[in-house]
Amino acid sequence: MLTDTTAVTAAGNADKIRCDACPVMCYIKPGAAGACDRYANHDGELVRVDPHIVLERTVSHGGRLVPFQAGGDWDGKIVHEPSVFVTAIGAGTTYPDYKPAPFIVSSEVDGVDMVTVVTEGIFSYCGVKVKIDTDRHLGPETATVRVQGEAVGHVTTGEYGSQMLSLGGVHHLTGGSKKEGRVTCDALMDLSNCKPVEMTIDGGATVVVQAGRPPIVNGVAEERMRVGCGSATIGMFAKQWHGKVDEVVVVDDHITGVLSEHQAGKLLDIGDSGIKMKGRRSTPGRYFQVAEPGTGWGGTKISDPLSVLGPFDPKTARPGMTMLMVSTTGEHAAYYQLDAALQPIEQEMPADLRASVERIQENCEPALCTVLFMGGAGGSLRAGVTDNPVRLTRSVKEALTRVTSGGAPVYVWPGGGITFMVDVTRLPAGAFGYVPTPALVAPIEFTMRLSDYAALGGHMDYVRPLASLKDNTEIRHMSAPSDPGRRP
Amino acid sequence: MSRVPQIGLLADGRRLHLQDGPIDLIVEARGSETAVAAAYQAAARRFAGLLDELCAELPLLRAAADPAHCPLRGMVARRMHAAVVPFAREHFITPMAAVAGAVAEEILGAMVQSAVLTRAYVNNGGDIALYLQGGEHFTVGLIDRPDACGLMRTTIIGSGDPSRGIATSGRHGRSFSLGIADAVTVLAPTASQADAAATIIANAVDLPEHPAVSRCPAHDLQPDSDLGARLVTRDVAALSDRDIAAGLAAGAACAHHLAMKGLIDGAALRLQGETAVVALKDLDAAAPRRPIERTVHA
Repeated sequence: MLTDTTAVTAAGNADKIRCDACPVMCYIKPGAAGACDRYANHDGELVRVDPHIVLERTVSHGGRLVPFQAGGDWDGKIVHEPSVFVTAIGAGTTYPDYKPAPFIVSSEVDGVDMVTVVTEGIFSYCGVKVKIDTDRHLGPETATVRVQGEAVGHVTTGEYGSQMLSLGGVHHLTGGSKKEGRVTCDALMDLSNCKPVEMTIDGGATVVVQAGRPPIVNGVAEERMRVGCGSATIGMFAKQWHGKVDEVVVVDDHITGVLSEHQAGKLLDIGDSGIKMKGRRSTPGRYFQVAEPGTGWGGTKISDPLSVLGPFDPKTARPGMTMLMVSTTGEHAAYYQLDAALQPIEQEMPADLRASVERIQENCEPALCTVLFMGGAGGSLRAGVTDNPVRLTRSVKEALTRVTSGGAPVYVWPGGGITFMVDVTRLPAGAFGYVPTPALVAPIEFTMRLSDYAALGGHMDYVRPLASLKDNTEIRHMSAPSDPGRRP
Repeated sequence: MSRVPQIGLLADGRRLHLQDGPIDLIVEARGSETAVAAAYQAAARRFAGLLDELCAELPLLRAAADPAHCPLRGMVARRMHAAVVPFAREHFITPMAAVAGAVAEEILGAMVQSAVLTRAYVNNGGDIALYLQGGEHFTVGLIDRPDACGLMRTTIIGSGDPSRGIATSGRHGRSFSLGIADAVTVLAPTASQADAAATIIANAVDLPEHPAVSRCPAHDLQPDSDLGARLVTRDVAALSDRDIAAGLAAGAACAHHLAMKGLIDGAALRLQGETAVVALKDLDAAAPRRPIERTVHA
């Protein structure tokens, strides 16, 4: 919502807007900010993008957009306690550690004095966990992941329809060369700020990772996440194929499915086809290792699907039999008929089978990269919050203190310390910074009852009522965190 | 349209925050309580209308400075022009290259004229005007990338030093750079001089025609940029150590030349993690003065 003090003037050219918030009257192109860095053109709309951020709680709960008040006059109507949540972004940190966190804010919530200790923590124990939705082989497990040639992390487990990477951590930040630490720090900061980062995997692919966006593998943007493994795909679509084709092979680097041998085919009385699969048979109709992993069909390295088949068994197969071969995303598909010599010959795919391939595509979710920032709040950060740091840790564990990062919910690991993970797309843009040590600067907030804060040994002299922040803090116009691809 | 400058004390109750359009100042004065109050009032008074004053002459301020003649009328505008004139024969430069420093100087001037202060500063987005009386000093942190809050090193400026202005320029800042430096921080006798010189030195840190550097016309990014069709740096891919050294050497030569002419007191140049320092005085007061290393091992 724009107030009349920030009316946008149409400027002839449809894509740029003219801001009249001040006499500089900047022309602002889409995606750019004006000279002040406070107003920006977001899809043709003038929005305010200040670094001091107060999120309405409703936004962190997936609610509506927060209007902002422009100009210097505060109308007093926008901050409705207790719905306002003060975040640490832009709070700044102070050295040395024992200085109280920059803002220690108190506000009344449900008749209870609440305290939000807002600080920006410096994390040299931090990293990101990346989930890349793809069937393509990105590299072997434990392979080194490099940015600008420097080791920044490694390939970890393959999960459902996705490959996990573990990047950063104290060893890459501080244990290697100076350049390794700096490149790691930059990569972590960019990933956490939802910017794209290109990385190469030893013995594997080059991937561009950007939180909330499709991965780009060897220059090709991934569109879909697999509908299921090859075997599951057979189970899901067997009925739709029944009667339309004699055999279906769903090619998958992990578990390739074969309709005629699969339990789902047996239940439909689909007869043997005499097909002979390469690879290792796990259970009927399910094959492992039909080909080497790669970036071709179903995460294998093949471009010709027939290469995963041996010759058809002449005792069972007969000329004229039909076969559909399809990948787990429906991205690759081909239709064959056996000739007199029982050789599969590619034919144009009948419309009803094409529809089933499109159905597989339709049922795939969009492939995305997910980036979770993981950091540990150690002694020095906690010291900014209380005189007796370990009590803060205990308070978090006892769930008396709620931890958030930039207003976003976090998962706090059980065990020692305050080690948390947060989905970076749920933080406002530019929330992460760094110090050249190198280490990342991330927002972290601890919210608790004022009485509990006092009991923790909190810096009571520095507690400020929320009202005192209103005059020099702007409410930020931002979109709801539930929209994953919202940030450029 | 009602536009009200934002004038208020920061949360710490010590520093004054003045904001109007693109001008964003953090001000701190030290002296007696009444002196500080008087100084802040003077700052606020001078601040009101300052942006309108500048905008009234905006087209001229965005045009190449004429080294022989100053057509501008406003005090701040004339100071901007004076700061860029030493460079105007050899380089394309507009008075806008000194706007941040000149505004900081103006506000600081208003403060010290109306109150007896021991020290004061006006920080205009990293371009800083300083006031120091006997025995006082400032510890200044240098940032290597203005788009990310990283403290590179610190320097101490005492009342005996000639520098009363500090400015940082580079390709990550608000304004565009013709060069590839991540940051060039300059100490100079005044803030407006530091501002103009930082722009010139940051432009000089360059590797012309280098394939790792992508550039585009300034007006494609910002339609009303004073740089017009000049190619500004958009991105710099990873450079070899040799290229980094060459880029820094080009900038350092420029900085050295300006230091010899007395236009600057010193400069720190930063490119892809490497630093070159050109200084009459030791710029690097060394990291250990600020316990950064200690604090991060949480």
